[in-house]
Amino acid sequence: MQKGHFSKEFIQKIAATEPQWMRKKRLEAYALYESLPMPHTTEDDVWRRTVDIRTQDYWRRTRRHLRGFALEKYHPSAATNGEALGLSGLQPPSTSEETAGALVQVDGQCQHASLSTALERKGVYFAHLHTALREREELLRSYFMTRAVTLETALKSGNIALHNKFDALHGAFWQGGYLLHVPKGLRVEVPLHVHIKMSEAQQADLSHTLIIAEAGSQVTILEDNLSTDDTTSGFHSGAVEIFAGQNATVTYVQVQHWNRHTWNFASHRAIVDRDAQLCWVTAAFGGRLSKVNQAVVLEGTGCNAKMLGLSFTDARQHLDVSTAQEHVSPHTSSDLLYRTVLKDRSQTAWGGNIYVYPEANHTDAYQKNDNLVLSERAHTDTLPGLEIKAHEVRCTHGATAGKIDAEQVFYLMSRGIPYAQAERLIVDGFFEPVMERIPLESVQEELRKLVTQKLA
Amino acid sequence: MSNDLVIKDLHIKVQGKPIIKGLNLTVKQGEIHALMGPNGSGKSTLANGLMGHPFYDIDSGEVIFNGVDILELEANERAKLGLFLAFQYPTAIPGVSLANFLRLAVSAVRNQGTNGSDTNDLIPMREFRRELRDKMKQLGVDDSFARRYLNDGFSGGEKKRAEILQLAMLEPKIAILDETDSGLDIDAVRIVGESVSRLIGPELGVLIITHYPRLLDYIQPQFVHILLDGRIVESGGWELTQMLEAEGYDPIREKHGF
Repeated sequence: MQKGHFSKEFIQKIAATEPQWMRKKRLEAYALYESLPMPHTTEDDVWRRTVDIRTQDYWRRTRRHLRGFALEKYHPSAATNGEALGLSGLQPPSTSEETAGALVQVDGQCQHASLSTALERKGVYFAHLHTALREREELLRSYFMTRAVTLETALKSGNIALHNKFDALHGAFWQGGYLLHVPKGLRVEVPLHVHIKMSEAQQADLSHTLIIAEAGSQVTILEDNLSTDDTTSGFHSGAVEIFAGQNATVTYVQVQHWNRHTWNFASHRAIVDRDAQLCWVTAAFGGRLSKVNQAVVLEGTGCNAKMLGLSFTDARQHLDVSTAQEHVSPHTSSDLLYRTVLKDRSQTAWGGNIYVYPEANHTDAYQKNDNLVLSERAHTDTLPGLEIKAHEVRCTHGATAGKIDAEQVFYLMSRGIPYAQAERLIVDGFFEPVMERIPLESVQEELRKLVTQKLA
Repeated sequence: MSNDLVIKDLHIKVQGKPIIKGLNLTVKQGEIHALMGPNGSGKSTLANGLMGHPFYDIDSGEVIFNGVDILELEANERAKLGLFLAFQYPTAIPGVSLANFLRLAVSAVRNQGTNGSDTNDLIPMREFRRELRDKMKQLGVDDSFARRYLNDGFSGGEKKRAEILQLAMLEPKIAILDETDSGLDIDAVRIVGESVSRLIGPELGVLIITHYPRLLDYIQPQFVHILLDGRIVESGGWELTQMLEAEGYDPIREKHGF
């Protein structure tokens, strides 16, 4: 494995065997990246607007937490072909249940990629993104950073173009990740598993997730982002692009549990076509500082997106997420529920926006963010928002933040339950409305386990 | 007897204001006591103070239970010794099912000697389920109760029945019922009253705290006490409740100069 630097020379090197258009794309992204300031160096830069967080206090806090960040300390690695290294067939992710396919990536290198032969025969494509660039070049050409996560995230409603330094970095240096392509009308009943891991110290991971579910198809992807140990510092600059075709049903679960020394930056964007259903679960437990922009674009009439978020922070973690529900077409519905628990001196921020475009009458949008703060020194900001340009819509939003309820604790303790266990019950109960809406029991179990670890 | 609850010269303050002002009372296992008093006499303060609610400051006095002064103990330790409080306003805990909560509570209370925080200490699921089903049947509680979130969206009557179900499951030595009849219609009072009377036996001492005598039609106390301004001013038998029913609290107030 080759250690690289975030330099133009390194792009030339990793793009040497890539198609001309990709090389060009990388260099364009690099030019943009170079033109943008680092978020913590300027007071009022575009990045701030990108995350749509408007309070001064909040921004000061985030800048403070970003101060320890130095990009030059982290190294991207040039992905090599796993098969060439004889790595194919190495340990699949250990899951207790059936899997239709699995992919394991460590430090940008594909260590395992498998797909059931039945699905392969039916035309499903599932592979490390570098392999996909060779084998499915046209798909990448039309979908890779063209419509979902792009260098210029333009909001039609506000008519403003926003640049994100880390999206540009990702576009220039992306390494690894995967393409999942499900052909028209095919229903994949069993989930596919992906493990994106970081193991080496000072590793930069720039994985890219690209999911294309064609019309009428159905698929479930369970993706874990994790560090192999608790102490090495890492950097992730990722992107997730999801395309749910007409009448498709897509369930995408991402569980982020990097260690507490990992910087996490990502943009996630899903485009949902006519009558399609997207169920999107985002769970975040890890990271030193994390900033994720997550957007769903309800592009086709009658489509629906369910966004579920669950996070738990401790120590001095700082986790931000900024969500957007963009209703482009009429008769679309979206429902977002994010719940966060904070411990110790951790901080979180959620800024959520529902955008209803002028044509999107009969939109039904819902948005709710609730926070449970377990410690006096933890802090949370929550900023729900609406921007409605259509006339006939139903939009509801709300946000809450509160300390653990002393009456609840006393009630449980009066029944013999010790404080620590009472706290745990209340936390579990707080997450339950999110849990019960997650359609997969195995995911519920994994999340419960991670919650328990945080409470210990 | 070590299972007696002995309250000696108890003083409790709420936000600096004295509410219980020198209360003496002994409740023995197997006895039923009623503590009656008008609003503001200190009934709920006493109930919560005995259970260890952090909001209530114990000023002085002692409460001996199982041979120890429980005033230094956390609420969960008091529960483990066999003290139970049926709340006037049970707190809702969304997302926590009644069954899940009760299994933890029952395990914690029965595992004397362990700290109860280890999940290995939980009583076996099958055993617990069987017991819960039996008790729910006895109390005429619907099966769906167990799966519902604790007191969340429960009606007034359901909340009180959930309290009595917990009482039945935890098998305390002394139970305090704080205004268990409040907010209930006549039918609900009858159901709750009958449920409690079924649990009564030589192993259980009960302190019924109430404003109205109507719950006492179903659970006949051997001892009746009247609480006024933080002190017990009269103690007697059944005849006291009948007097209260006929004349209200005014004659007693006058007699004691309030």
